[in-house]
This record gives sequence, structure tokens and C-alpha cells, in this order.
Amino acid sequence: MASTAGVIFSSLNERNIPELTKVRSIGSIPYGGRYRLVDFALSNMVNSGITTVGMITKNNYQSLMDHLGSGKNWDLARKEGGLILLPPYSDDSETLYNNRLEALKGATAFLKKANEDFVVIADSDAVYKLDYSKVIDYHIKKNADITMVYHEHEVKKSHYYITFATNKDGRVTELEINSSVGGVQKNYINVMVARTSFILRLIQNAIQCGYKSFGRDILSPGVKSLKLYGYKLDGYYENIDSLKSYFKANYDLLDRNIRNEIFGERAVYTKVNDSAPAKFTETAKVKNSLISDGCLIEGTVENCILFRGVKIGKGSVVKNCIIFSENIIGENCNLQYVVSDKECFITDNRVLAGCELQPYFINKSTRI
Amino acid sequence: MLTKKECVAMLLAGGQGSRLYALTNNIAKPAVSFGAKYRIIDFPLSNCINSGIDTVGVLTQYQPLVLNEYVGNGQPWDLDRTFGGVHILSPYEAKTDTSWYKGTANAIYQNIRFMKMYDPEYILILSGDHIYKMDYDKMLAAHKQTKADCTIACMEVPVKEASRFGILNTNPDGSIYEFEEKPAKPKSNLASMGIYIFTASKLYKYLELDEADTSSEKDFGKNVLPAMLKAGEKMFSYKFEGYWKDVGTITSLWEANMDLLGTVPKFDLRDDERVIHSRSPLAPPAYIEGEVINSIVATGGEIKGKVVNSVIGTDCIIEEGAVVTDCVLMGNTVIKSGATVNYAVIDEDVAIGENAVIGAPREISSKIEGKTNGIVVLGRGVSVKNNGKIDAGEIVDKSV
Repeated sequence: MASTAGVIFSSLNERNIPELTKVRSIGSIPYGGRYRLVDFALSNMVNSGITTVGMITKNNYQSLMDHLGSGKNWDLARKEGGLILLPPYSDDSETLYNNRLEALKGATAFLKKANEDFVVIADSDAVYKLDYSKVIDYHIKKNADITMVYHEHEVKKSHYYITFATNKDGRVTELEINSSVGGVQKNYINVMVARTSFILRLIQNAIQCGYKSFGRDILSPGVKSLKLYGYKLDGYYENIDSLKSYFKANYDLLDRNIRNEIFGERAVYTKVNDSAPAKFTETAKVKNSLISDGCLIEGTVENCILFRGVKIGKGSVVKNCIIFSENIIGENCNLQYVVSDKECFITDNRVLAGCELQPYFINKSTRI
Repeated sequence: MLTKKECVAMLLAGGQGSRLYALTNNIAKPAVSFGAKYRIIDFPLSNCINSGIDTVGVLTQYQPLVLNEYVGNGQPWDLDRTFGGVHILSPYEAKTDTSWYKGTANAIYQNIRFMKMYDPEYILILSGDHIYKMDYDKMLAAHKQTKADCTIACMEVPVKEASRFGILNTNPDGSIYEFEEKPAKPKSNLASMGIYIFTASKLYKYLELDEADTSSEKDFGKNVLPAMLKAGEKMFSYKFEGYWKDVGTITSLWEANMDLLGTVPKFDLRDDERVIHSRSPLAPPAYIEGEVINSIVATGGEIKGKVVNSVIGTDCIIEEGAVVTDCVLMGNTVIKSGATVNYAVIDEDVAIGENAVIGAPREISSKIEGKTNGIVVLGRGVSVKNNGKIDAGEIVDKSV
């Protein structure tokens, strides 16, 4: 494939989901029993043959760093290229970045040094599988300036989203920020491909002109001045932009077809740890759940995602919950629609319940 | 630059493991799967790193492909080191006298140069077919304290089983006065665990003497240890207390897997102090819909049937209506709907067809005498067709 670098934003849109990003960046939100959201963009890159990846970080990236380590688990601990963390840059004249453009500016040195022909730039707040090398082939074929990956689904009205329309050739003809129309549209998923030289010029120009917004200042006028093309992502896509969509994306994994689509064929890489296999005792009753290594199940578990090392005590009933790693749930508890962050301790006989629309969230390391 | 290691471990991993029958047709015994997500070799390798030993030679000979691939550069055990780390040592061709490893002692003898590279004071000899957690550092401390030339780890076994082992007869201070290999009438019940610490210079000396002895079988237990004792070297026993199991037979392999089950298991893998490291597979968590009772399940699987008293490896699919009881599934096995599987050890990549009946309930089949005491063994890649039947105690290595 064409020589390509990857850039991942690990820390954007965190205001959407404050509960889970209080102690971590959006890319390091735990998902699906053993993964972090960033695993999807990163694994897609690795599976597309991209071996030089810059990871743009901002606040609270300790958890992310802990997860990524040297990049070994993604086969990105390399002498040439590999995974490179791009910590936020600030000096007397500048503060931390506030938007996508400023963040990208921090990646210019990385992009120059990587010296690859193309660059894939992706967010890390979504679950999907995509071979980026196909997007690059498409980009070359269309001789585009920017190829924007989209997914067709119902527009989420209350959020900042970019939707667009294309002509037969795939060229973007209309582009709207915060769609006024609604309904099923081509939604830009914040994954784009361009030539590295083009992106570097774009950033340079944006700095000189004092641009603030990638959408408003570059893509919107770009419909006329640039060759923007749309590339369709078929298949599963879920953007994590609220606790509700977080719940949905996790529950979708209980569907065998989605599970096979996401994890089949090419692996999703993640940090491995050496927990013992999950253990079920004589009193365990489990239905429709994902159970990770290190779990010890003595109670009843239904429609749940249990991360590593979760203990469910005797007589406890846990339904429709997402329980992060190292939670200990005592005996005779009853939990419904709970999202419990890492290392919580629920003492015996507690009853905790949220509802489908408003899950009950427990902060990291809480004792209840 | 460091040029010295205090202790180098040599792990004997070349054994064929013929008493594991179909399980070792294509892989060496230390590479056999164990406990849903491990391979046997994870235990000695993890023990090494947990005991502060970071230089390990793994001696391979029989069917080394899977083992070599699995050990790789040693990264899963933190044994990918700039100096030291894990090294696969296979038999090699030399200018004169090219040979396979002819016995445990000869295998170590052929790698004296490897050990000398690290200029160690002590050499730890390990076997690749035991399941246990042990702090070798404590044993080394004992070796230093007694100023022994050789220390042999041992444990008490039931007297009636003692004749299956190498037995140590010791003085009250723990020094050994007699070593009997599988005695008909054992004088003690202290069995050698096949774990030795030698003072390096003594080991080199006795290996060279043993090599020169044409009548020797080149075996530690039969030749080297008795020779050292005869020559009056200081040999001590080191008593180990805890779980230890030789998994050289189908029955003992099955039992060791079962010892992992229960809230208070005989052998606990859920141990934050001494973690057993392994090359963890990249699979999503297991999906559980059916009934799973008193069992352990690794990642990647999908269980819709019923699983009782079993160990289920990575990526196993157990369909609706299938019942798996008292079984060890090593991984990537599909059990179709309606199949009944009892008292079996099933290697990787096995497919069992709809309504097939494998084995018989343990209460009945465990009374059967034979190579496997009634346990069914299905070899790697075997498939059993729909409605197929495999009798209790059968060993199958071709599809039926």
C-alpha cells in the first residue's frame, strides 16, 4: 500500500460524556469487557498496514499511556516509526489546544519526520472496522484533496455533527454543520485521508489566517475550493457521544453478528494482561452476557458486560449492567442498569438501580 | 556491561510425552494446553521470572515448532532481555560428534557453553511438564546456606505412590545419603520433583565425567546424581510444600485441570502475588448464554449449552442443547447442538457434530481400566460427525 502515517485524536469531544472522561481521555474509555475505545482506530490502522502512528493527547492521558505502553501490543514498538505519543504543546505565547485544528498543529513535526506520502486522521470515540488502505486507494483514484469517511444513519440533532451530500462521482457537493434537516444522512465520522504535504500546507495556512474550526473554516468553504470526496463506511458504526450511546455500543456486542463483524477476521488489538480464566461456581447463573478473564461469578448475571477481574458474590443479581475491571460486588446485592467504573466495592445487600434511559453511574474506586 | 548472572535456569522441554498419546502427536509436552488459557511451560517460565531468574535456556528436541513459536522472544514472561532472557536451545551440528540430546544430562552437557556465557555461580535445572508455583529463590537461599553442591527439591508423596518417583533418603539435617530411582520398596516418601540446583563448577565437572562414561544413560536421576553422591559431594534435599503435579499422563493432566475448579481450588490461578504469565490470546470476552456450573472459561468462546465441572479453553463454541461434563477443552473447539460430551480431554481445533455422544458419565467410565482410565482423548484437529459415537476411554487421532 501507499506509504501512510496515522494520526489519532485521543482527547476530543470529552464534554459529551463527562462521567467516563473525568479520570481519563475519551480514547481510553473502557469498552466491551477488555478494550479501550482507542483500540478500534489504532487496530484499524495496524490492520491497514500503517506502522507509523502519532497519538495526540491532551489532559489526563496517564490512563491512555498506561494502556498503550510502548505500542508492543499493537505491534507498534518499532525502530522505524511505530507508536508515538504527541503530548500537548504550550509555551508563553500559546495555551493548550482547544480545537481540532490547533491539535493537529501539534502533529506537524511528527508528520514531517514520518515523511509518508499519505496520512489518515481519525478520532477515537467510535467503534467500527475499516480498512483505511481502501480509503487511500479511493483517494488516489479520485485525485481528491481530502477524502471524508461517512456512515449513513439518522442524524443526531442535538450535537455538533457534519453531514454532507455527494454527486454520482462521490464528490462532496453540499456540507452542513449541525444538520437542520434530520433523517438518515451521510454523517462524516471524523476519519479523513489526505496527502501529508497537503495537510501540512493546510495547517500552515490555517495558522496564518487564524482559523479556529476545521469544519467551519476548512471543510465548509472547501466544498467549492477543494476536491472533497466522501467514502462510505459500510457495516457497523457507533459513535460514543453520551452514556446512552455508550450503553448501546456495549450491548450491541451481545449480538453475535455484530460481535463477529467487529472481532472476526482481523483482531482488535489491546493491552493484554495475565488474569486467570473466568470462574463460575456451583451457584452461578449467567445469561446473555460477556464475561472477561479474571471474573469470579457466584451470583446471577443477565445482559451484562463484565470487565476483567469482577467478582459477583453469592445471591447477588446483576442485570443490564456494565461493570468495569476489578469491581467487587458483595453478596445478595441487586444491581440494575448500573455503569460502575473501575475498582468499586459494593458491600453486601445493596440495591442500586438506574433505568434504560438514565443508567446509574458509579465513580471510579467508590465504596458503596 | 553486565557480564554475569548469579543463577541460570535450564528448562528441559524436549520430552515427547508419549503417555499423553494423541495430545503430543505434533507438539512437545511442555506446549500442551492447560487450564483454559495456559500451556504447561508457562508454569516453570513464570516461576523463574517470579523468583528473579531472568536467564533461561529452553532445551527443545521433539516437535519444537509450536513450543518455539509460543516461547518466541519471551516477552509474555518479561524474558525479552538485552542481557539474558529466554533462549531456545536445540540440538546442533558440530564439526565432530553431531548428535541429538541423548538424555537429560547429555542435553545440559551439550549446552555448557551457553551456561558459561553468563558465568553463573549456580545452575537451576527444571522440567517442562510440572504444574506448580514455586519460589526458586528460597531454594537457592537454602542451597547457599547448606553450602551444598547440589540441592534437590522434593515433596512428600503418599507411601503407596512412592515407587513411581525418584526417592530421597535423607539425614535429619536434610542431607541426602541415598538416592533411589523408582524403588520397589521405598524407604521414605520424599519424592524428587526433578528440580535441581547445582553449584555450576560441580555440574560442569560431573557432566563431563558422565559424558565420558560409555555405560551411562546420560540421565540426571539415574547417573549424574548417584555419581555425585558416590563421590561424596554435599547433596541436600529442599522440601517443597504446596501444590505440585506431574502432568505426564492423561489422568494426571485431567486431574490437574480439575484442581483449578471451585471457590477454594487445590491450585489457585487467581493469585496476584505469583501471577502465571502466558501468551494471552487476542479474543473478546466469552459470551455466556447457557448454564455454566463449577467451571472455568477462557476468552473468545460462546457458550449456549450446558457446561458442568469443566475447563473451557479459548474460542470454544458450545451450541444450544449440547452438554459438556467433566471435560477439558483446550481451545478453538466447536460442539454442535445436542451433542453430549463426558469425561474427555479434547485438544485444540476439534469439531464435534450434532447429537454426537462422546464418552460416558464419569461414575461409569472412571471404573474402566486402560491407558486413560476411561477418559476419552480427542487429538488436535479431529472431527466427529453428526450422531457419531466415541466410547469411554478411547483415544482418537483421526477424524471419525
